[in-house]
Amino acid sequence: MEAFLQKIYTLGGPLLLGAVTTVEITVLSFIAAVVIGLLFALLKLGAPRPFVWLINIYVEVFRNTPVLAQVFIIYFGLAYSGIKVASLSAAIIGLGLNGGAVLTEVFRAGLSAIHRGQREAALSVGMTPWTSIRFIILPQTWRITLPPIGNYAIALLKDTAVVSAIAAPEIMFYARNLVTSTFETTYIYILAALLYFALSFPLARLVDHFEKRQRAWQ
Amino acid sequence: MIEFLSVYPENWASWWPQIQAAMWVTVKLTACAFALAAVVGMLLAVGKLSKTRAIRAFCTGYIEVARGVPALAVLFLLYYGLVPTGLVLDAFVAGFIGLGLSAAGYIAEVFRAGIEAIHKGQREAALSVGMTPMTSFRYIILPQALRIILAPLLNMLIILLKDTSICSLISTPELMLRAKDLAMMSFLPMHLFLLAAVLYFLMSWPLSIMTRRIEIRMRRSTG
Amino acid sequence: MEPLLRVEGLHKSFGSLDVLMGVDLALMRGHKIAIIGPSGCGKSTLLRCINYMETPNRGHIHLDGELFGEKQTNGGYARMTEKELAVQRAQIGMVFQGFYLWPHLNARDNVAIAPQKVRGMSKTQADELADAMLDKVHMSHKADEFPERLSGGQQQRVAIARALAQEPKLMLFDEPTSALDPELIGEVLKVIHELADEGRSMVLVTHEIQFARDVADWVIFMGDGVIVEEGPPDQVLGAPKNDRLRGFLNQIVEH
Repeated sequence: MEAFLQKIYTLGGPLLLGAVTTVEITVLSFIAAVVIGLLFALLKLGAPRPFVWLINIYVEVFRNTPVLAQVFIIYFGLAYSGIKVASLSAAIIGLGLNGGAVLTEVFRAGLSAIHRGQREAALSVGMTPWTSIRFIILPQTWRITLPPIGNYAIALLKDTAVVSAIAAPEIMFYARNLVTSTFETTYIYILAALLYFALSFPLARLVDHFEKRQRAWQ
Repeated sequence: MIEFLSVYPENWASWWPQIQAAMWVTVKLTACAFALAAVVGMLLAVGKLSKTRAIRAFCTGYIEVARGVPALAVLFLLYYGLVPTGLVLDAFVAGFIGLGLSAAGYIAEVFRAGIEAIHKGQREAALSVGMTPMTSFRYIILPQALRIILAPLLNMLIILLKDTSICSLISTPELMLRAKDLAMMSFLPMHLFLLAAVLYFLMSWPLSIMTRRIEIRMRRSTG
Repeated sequence: MEPLLRVEGLHKSFGSLDVLMGVDLALMRGHKIAIIGPSGCGKSTLLRCINYMETPNRGHIHLDGELFGEKQTNGGYARMTEKELAVQRAQIGMVFQGFYLWPHLNARDNVAIAPQKVRGMSKTQADELADAMLDKVHMSHKADEFPERLSGGQQQRVAIARALAQEPKLMLFDEPTSALDPELIGEVLKVIHELADEGRSMVLVTHEIQFARDVADWVIFMGDGVIVEEGPPDQVLGAPKNDRLRGFLNQIVEH
């Protein structure tokens, strides 16, 4: 029993180090994705046609290609073209752009679910379009978009595993290194899976809570 | 720009046969994973409604875990992690089992939502004309549920298609791995990864369009 | 003469909420009972207990002399299994407030599917039966239409045809017109009236007081889970003895 616990301890250590990076990547990519998503969704509502077109192309491209391909292109492709990107940065850029495409659609749906009559009412009492968005539309959008954003966050956390392929020092990367040095394949990969589960569990509960609240609202 | 693009015709003859073979593996991988996920997902959805507490708990637990663990971790576990126990899986098999079992959790939830969307009154009406619960499920609930879940299922198919790229990390000979190998051999990573991205796009985009059309049609008929 | 329907000592609670607290009822073949009362009095629950959509906590139901919904075991009673219950339920036709037509089937199929799948009729036989039933409710011209293209009154008539297709011994109506726009109520009441004139046995929960007076042989007024007053329509509705009943009827008339 002691040997078992000892094993968990030695293996778990490096994996936890990786977990820190995993969380770091997740948080930074999430922020990037939300900013891009919200910005593009708002632009889609108001901007001139060519811009909307470009945004649509961006969304279609990033939603119909694998994250791994996007990350590889940013990391290897840029290096080949002379721009050197650290693997952590490439990971965050890649995941952020991918998430931005997903969230653009989420925010767009949320905004248009409220848009019409409410915006007209806001304008009729003298608000400017921007004020109406800021104080009337957006606050209500959160309620609708919180569950899909939460689900995206969970998916993002899981997607960070693929950036191990470009040697970003997150959980899977440490796991693979650990395997080559200790050969405890079964233990290590089970521990890694448990670690991800531990990280995502609170997020999942949070999303369930949001979904329940939203259902009650309806 | 021209210089960049000229690489393709130069190397097409040697690249294309390999890429094409790899694309077939991708398609097969997607199909097998989807089939597995659909079957397991259906069992899980039904299991969650079971009268036996242990079965309900297992299904709920499975779905929770599948939701919280990355597919890559499952793939590594199946391909590398089972070897010490004596079970050595082929890369393709580990690939589609890993992806399928992961996706089954999501598909189970899709099935459940579809069944729950049917108004309770319809089931009551079915019972009132003398149908057994099983008959009412077969002729009243299921036909309608299938319509509701079609779009989300197609969505899962697209996701699985993209996720097959992850199997490259356990050396399944699919498109991503082939692209990476060729990229390393020819020192042309940008060209090959872009090509791979384009090919994935061409496979996935038609499915996306179809899914969106079905979504719109569904909304119109039930709205 | 043995009543077609006998309800004895019915009690039903939902958790801590007591909804039915001892109801007795007897319906002779060919007769019609109307049940009226304020919302929450238990009239819908009573109806739903009759065909065991809700399982009573206490009390027994007999249909045509046979114990309904339960079987006798040594020492007591046990609820029937779903399969056994399905067979019994086929003898009772129920029409719901919300119609609950099946949206993926057209009108004819809505009516024909039970005869096919429950009674084992061939498709041709079932379709013939369905067409005959739709004709009875004056909906033959819409036999190929889907529910979403029918008005509320039309849907409810198809729902009645669906129940009739079972060739039931007893028809139960749970506020059949409460969910309808006022101008559509008439066509549904007309159909129910015609069925009543045919001599069908019915239990009808309704807010349509005048209709109850026209059609029923016996009226029951319920309040707080028990029968407060009952009797022939002219007496109960024309010269109510109970104060609560009087107040209730005044309220309805005011509308």
